[in-house]
Amino acid sequence: MSDITNQSLNQIIKRIKTKEISSTDLTKAYIKNIEGAKKLNAFVTTTFDYALDKAKQFDNKPNFDQLLPGIPLAVKDLFCTENFKTTAGSNILNNFVPSYESTVTKNLWDNGSFLLGKLNCDEFAMGSSNETSYFGNVINPVGDQLVPGGSSGGSSSALAADLTPATIGTDTGGSIRQPASFTGTVGLKPTYGLCSRWGIVAFASSLDQAGPMTKDITDCAIMLEAMSGFDEKDSTSINKKKENYSKNLKDNIKGLKIGIPKEYRVDNMPKEIDELWEKGKKILKDLGAELIDISLPHTKYALPTYYIVAPAEASSNLARYDGVRYGYRSEKGKDLIEMYENTRSEGFGDEVKRRILIGTYVLSSGYYDAYYLKAQKVRQLIKKDFDDNFTKVDAILTPSTPSSAFKIGEKTNDPVSMYLNDIFTVPTNLAGLPALSLPAGLDKQGLPLGLQLIGKPLDEQKILNIGYAFEKNCGFKNEIKKWWA
Amino acid sequence: MVGMKSEKFDYFINGDKGKYEVVIGLEVHAQVLSNSKLFSGSPTKFGAEPNEHVSLIDSAFPGMLPVINEECVKQAVRTGLGLNAKINNYSVFDRKNYFYADLPQGYQISQYKNPIVGEGKVLLDMPYGSKEVGIERLHLEQDAGKSIHDMDPSNTYVDLNRSGIALMEIVSKPDLRSPDEVNAYIKKLRTIMRYLGTCDGNMQEGSLRADVNVSVRKVGDKEFGTRCEIKNVNSIKFMQMAIEYEASRQVELLESGKEIDQETRLFDTKKNETRSMRSKEDAHDYRYFPDPDLLPLKLDQKLVDDLKKSLPELPDKKKERFIKDYGLNAYEANVLVSEKEISDYYEEVAKLSDNKLAATWMMGDLFAMLNDKGLNISNSPISAKDFAELVQAIKSGEISGRIAKEVFEIMVESGDNPKKIIETKGLKQQSNPKELEKMINEILAKNKDKVDQYKSGKEKLFGFFVGQVMKSSGGKANPQLTNEILKKLLKG
Repeated sequence: MSDITNQSLNQIIKRIKTKEISSTDLTKAYIKNIEGAKKLNAFVTTTFDYALDKAKQFDNKPNFDQLLPGIPLAVKDLFCTENFKTTAGSNILNNFVPSYESTVTKNLWDNGSFLLGKLNCDEFAMGSSNETSYFGNVINPVGDQLVPGGSSGGSSSALAADLTPATIGTDTGGSIRQPASFTGTVGLKPTYGLCSRWGIVAFASSLDQAGPMTKDITDCAIMLEAMSGFDEKDSTSINKKKENYSKNLKDNIKGLKIGIPKEYRVDNMPKEIDELWEKGKKILKDLGAELIDISLPHTKYALPTYYIVAPAEASSNLARYDGVRYGYRSEKGKDLIEMYENTRSEGFGDEVKRRILIGTYVLSSGYYDAYYLKAQKVRQLIKKDFDDNFTKVDAILTPSTPSSAFKIGEKTNDPVSMYLNDIFTVPTNLAGLPALSLPAGLDKQGLPLGLQLIGKPLDEQKILNIGYAFEKNCGFKNEIKKWWA
Repeated sequence: MVGMKSEKFDYFINGDKGKYEVVIGLEVHAQVLSNSKLFSGSPTKFGAEPNEHVSLIDSAFPGMLPVINEECVKQAVRTGLGLNAKINNYSVFDRKNYFYADLPQGYQISQYKNPIVGEGKVLLDMPYGSKEVGIERLHLEQDAGKSIHDMDPSNTYVDLNRSGIALMEIVSKPDLRSPDEVNAYIKKLRTIMRYLGTCDGNMQEGSLRADVNVSVRKVGDKEFGTRCEIKNVNSIKFMQMAIEYEASRQVELLESGKEIDQETRLFDTKKNETRSMRSKEDAHDYRYFPDPDLLPLKLDQKLVDDLKKSLPELPDKKKERFIKDYGLNAYEANVLVSEKEISDYYEEVAKLSDNKLAATWMMGDLFAMLNDKGLNISNSPISAKDFAELVQAIKSGEISGRIAKEVFEIMVESGDNPKKIIETKGLKQQSNPKELEKMINEILAKNKDKVDQYKSGKEKLFGFFVGQVMKSSGGKANPQLTNEILKKLLKG
């Protein structure tokens, strides 16, 4: 049998169901891959014994009616996993073992899957290259010396390197879609509130959203179906009926109106990005969709707005890491204040400190109105731009990122150029909309590039359908040589 | 409305340069009566072992999220309605950010710009008349945990049982003018909340605490003086002491030509003085912002209406009714509505007996006995029914007031009902005129000399004859009848 691990999740599920492969053999195949891919540094923790045990249990008593029958899954280390260390890529949580399971991962396990390991990520999901992790940077399997994107960089790297059949990440400003774009994979940030935030280490509560990262659209629909759903433990969770995204996947997009926003370009954007966008438009047009030029005039304010709102919330969300109850505590200091200062100085990395400082500043009295309050107002305008256009169009097509994967270390000393990576992805977080990044082509150097489909609130099915039709007609194939093995 | 009383308000501080008025506003923190905390399912019961009532949410574990406890919201609305206040159908929870070991989240969830309850008012009954105190707002917030510094010489221990318990912060307008008014205000708030069942008002257990804002100004001045805030005072007595100290301190400063610094002060209960805690410049920057984990709280008008309909009769209304229906005076009505349980007891007694007499006896002997024994009305050894029977026995003339006191004592000791006690002990009043007359004639016959003296003008001796009648009847002779018969016979 050919290597099962380079197949998509839906193909693997078929093979499990037809008993072509057992859950145990499948798990063993991934373990072998993971052990041979230490160079990529995608994993913070592996849970092989546990996974093999669960696989055996499945094989002894298989239930093939589940969405994810006997499937081992590695997940971003931002999801709290019961009895398994959860670090959020930070020293301050490097010894933290939750006694509880996040709702999203619990949903996955309830659908038949089990934990294979915890994936590296930027510290507290703050970063666009997975270089801020306390556990070291992750390498993009697409090419040595390249970043896998961030913050879900361990997830994108592991997925593209066949170390997990599918995975989940979190997306606060592009942390699922940008790494997906950099690795030639599919990533979906769902509508804010579709997936519960309970048990996910918080970065910016009003923006954070968990979502699937997969090899193709069908897998994405399966994973979304498994992980989403109302959760009364999250006050911002949307109470609605669960949808069968995978069953309802259709490739007929004839007559759909696709908006093309003129504002989605930046200075010095590589020509290839434009060409890719053109290619995407053509594919959709050929499939019978109607392209409509639209304007989202406040797009240019999205990035500065994001870099006020997200750090503001983060500065408060991260206050709980004080060394008192759990996590890292500095041994130095003669009183409570010094213990706080030393714990947080030693426990947090530079990027996290930078954002805590920014966030504290923009919320301070005297600056609140000028920064935080103004940012909230602009956020409403950005949302209104989308609302206005969604009366005319069904979905919006844009590039996912302004470039392909960049070199490790290339932007670490220039935070602003790093932040610019999120320019096309942050507006949807600010507006709470679903957005899908799908692989669409390669640049001159042969590095993958992605296009982004933005949908109306809770219209995941439609953007998945468009993505499905696109995928069938795009002819993109992610050819990754396993150079690290 | 109570009629004007004769007394005049007279709480002023006299300085060399003038007469000063004290201006007080209170921020009362009242613990919401609810089974679980404001944003978690942990129990709120007092007296548990340290850290026994702490959930992952209360201790702020990674990824934990708050979910509003509906009952706490209803309790806040009920309280708002009880304070005749505006209920805000839209309110917002904010984060108040600061670091402390007993604040696990690093922020307190509170309401800042948009509280659940807006302006209202409370009526106080003062010796100089009725006084209205404005309520500025009421908002919901989380309590913090408790740092325990005295258990170990080098460590501080933290108990998170209180962490996350729902508090209502009730902010008054600066309408109070004396320690007595503060006393009346706190008691009134407490009464209202206990009627509503929204706060047990137990100050010993910390269910009711207050920050006290004090300033002084010369009588007649329009502008308020600079205020100081005295933090977290947990008894009415201490509040009064703190205000008295603080007001004189401020007057002394002004008299000596100095300025008052706006600052936060602590009241030292041992030294009976307030001390500076932090100045305005050192004030925390709490960096309030709307809590993104919680959606704005939107109240259905129907919910508010339903809660309004289900409110119990409140003390002000009840007092009016007691005056009107039971013929009580304002003082009596005030005392009898001060606790819901007392008013319930009174109404039960009044239904079965004379209203006025019932009030007199309740406020006299019953309260004295309860006070003596350290009991309250809910665990009174005498049931309302038995008490009514006793009142009725007095009213009908079956027993005299003096005998009634005896019966009352026996009721307390034995728990028996008054009828039984009167019968078995033969305490029934002698009210048969013929028998009484016979007894009195015998007494007069035995004391012929005294009768003669009386008749010759020594009228003081009347008391002696009454005494003899009582003695010979064992106290059971009907006093009124005895008087009448004695007078008649001594004339003849």
